[in-house]
Amino acid sequence: MDWQAIWLSVRLAFSTTAILLLVGVPLAGWLAFSPRRWRFLVEAAVALPLVLPPTVLGFYVLLAIGPRSPVGALYARLTGGMLPFSFQGLLIASALYSLPFAVQPVSGAFQSVDRKLIEASWCLGVSRFATFRRVVVPLARPGISTGAILSFAHTMGEFGVVLMVGGNISGVTRTVSISIYDQVQALRYDAALETSLFLLGFSFVVLALTYALQKRIRSTWPMN
Amino acid sequence: MADELICRVRKRLRSGFELDAGLSVPLDRSRVTVLLGPSGSGKTTLLRLLAGLDRPDTGIISFRGAVWHDSSCALHLPPQRRRAGFLFQDYALFPHLTVAANVAFAGGRERAAALMDTFGIAGLAALYPRAISGGQQQRVALARALAAGSALLLLDEPLSALDAASRVRLRTDLRRMLLDGGVPSVVVTHDRAEAIALGDWMAVMVDGRIRQTGPVRDVLRHPADARVAESVGVENVLPAEIVAREPGLLTLQVGELHLQCVDAGESGPLVACIHAEDVALSRDLARSSSVRNRLAGRVVSVMHDGPLARVELDCGFPLVAAITAQSAAEMDLRPDDAVCAVVKATAVHVAASVAQ
Repeated sequence: MDWQAIWLSVRLAFSTTAILLLVGVPLAGWLAFSPRRWRFLVEAAVALPLVLPPTVLGFYVLLAIGPRSPVGALYARLTGGMLPFSFQGLLIASALYSLPFAVQPVSGAFQSVDRKLIEASWCLGVSRFATFRRVVVPLARPGISTGAILSFAHTMGEFGVVLMVGGNISGVTRTVSISIYDQVQALRYDAALETSLFLLGFSFVVLALTYALQKRIRSTWPMN
Repeated sequence: MADELICRVRKRLRSGFELDAGLSVPLDRSRVTVLLGPSGSGKTTLLRLLAGLDRPDTGIISFRGAVWHDSSCALHLPPQRRRAGFLFQDYALFPHLTVAANVAFAGGRERAAALMDTFGIAGLAALYPRAISGGQQQRVALARALAAGSALLLLDEPLSALDAASRVRLRTDLRRMLLDGGVPSVVVTHDRAEAIALGDWMAVMVDGRIRQTGPVRDVLRHPADARVAESVGVENVLPAEIVAREPGLLTLQVGELHLQCVDAGESGPLVACIHAEDVALSRDLARSSSVRNRLAGRVVSVMHDGPLARVELDCGFPLVAAITAQSAAEMDLRPDDAVCAVVKATAVHVAASVAQ
């Protein structure tokens, strides 16, 4: 089994999930509570990766982070390295690709928090931000964990975007799904079967844990 | 600085409903102000405007001299800076926090602990809101608002989430807690008995407008017009015409009968308001007494309601009398019996039939 590729995928999935929690939770909060009329445009943009072919998304990311783009140039000036075909470049692409999987469940959970609880907190003199942190986020915890798990699982299995942005460099950008693809191309079916089975089992266990966990959280404080 | 809550606001809702409410409450004379009106009259909307949860289209709101909203200079304090604790109908306790954490949500631990003692909920400190009764949740919500240093309490139908039995029992408890809290409160209700049990001062709201304000007793005794009379639960609101005016005494024509009442100088289209408990019944149609009004009628129905019996009469117009259950039993009233309704002139209050 290609442990190096598995380890790389796990690292990528964890880092992507962490980035998405940092970016996705505030973004979901904005989407859930902003009164702006053009909010639907942002919603549509966030959902784009759901329908775009990974190759299209990957291609644009590649252009956007290339050495001749402002982002790529800035990165080169700061670190001396390049984003395409690097782990960091892969991270940016995966985060964009999994954005809807993180934002949509979280935003849905925020919207379903009883409005009265938020207003009660405001009337107690608690600021909007503190209310978000102390009332909305704790009550939306099942949605946030769903978003995190989905981002993690989605990143574990991504293929097209990785290939476009990261290529296939062993130990740097060769993730587990690309490793399986390589094994099949090289007609090493035994290895491919082994790695696939591992990924299948891993994904199932992660999802089963999530649903078990969610059930427990919900039953701790059911809404009345 | 005037110790008053002043509110003159207009707001048009998306549904087309228009609120146009003017209210000033003398806080030195009213600890608990009740906002009474039928459902859909705009009471909750007004309460939300006071809290700062919604913004009026135009108007001003000020509390003890501090301006909370003034549309003429685009001043609008957010709810956080008004410190008007809002008690929702279902109390809106935070379900993910214990009772103790709820009470201390926006106040110091010591203050929270003291308030939990005062309200008798210290024993529930470690429980979650779903594990305690509606009445206990109400205490927690009150303690939470007071611990946060609320300067005014706004209560939206505080007893409506409770079952009928505890509702009556908790009325007096709630009034005592509101007085113990030491800050003025505005209580929205559609229930006249609740308003009487809770309030010092009353504002009656009908169709988005405040129609009358004053001490609770005065408003109940002397409703300003027919809609107010109906809203505060005057059982008999009878269209009337003036037929004679003697010094101090007014004779009204109601249906085919004459009613006499104290002349307070009214004119125009009128209604005669008579509380059901001010109507006595007699079998004797001819006996004379000091009572001015003796109306012959027939019993339509007798309904028992706890210690009282509600007797509906037909005197050419419908008239409701509330007498004790004992009297009803002694008189053995049955439908179609001929009886005489006896009403003192001082119990007949004359009001305008439409708002002035």
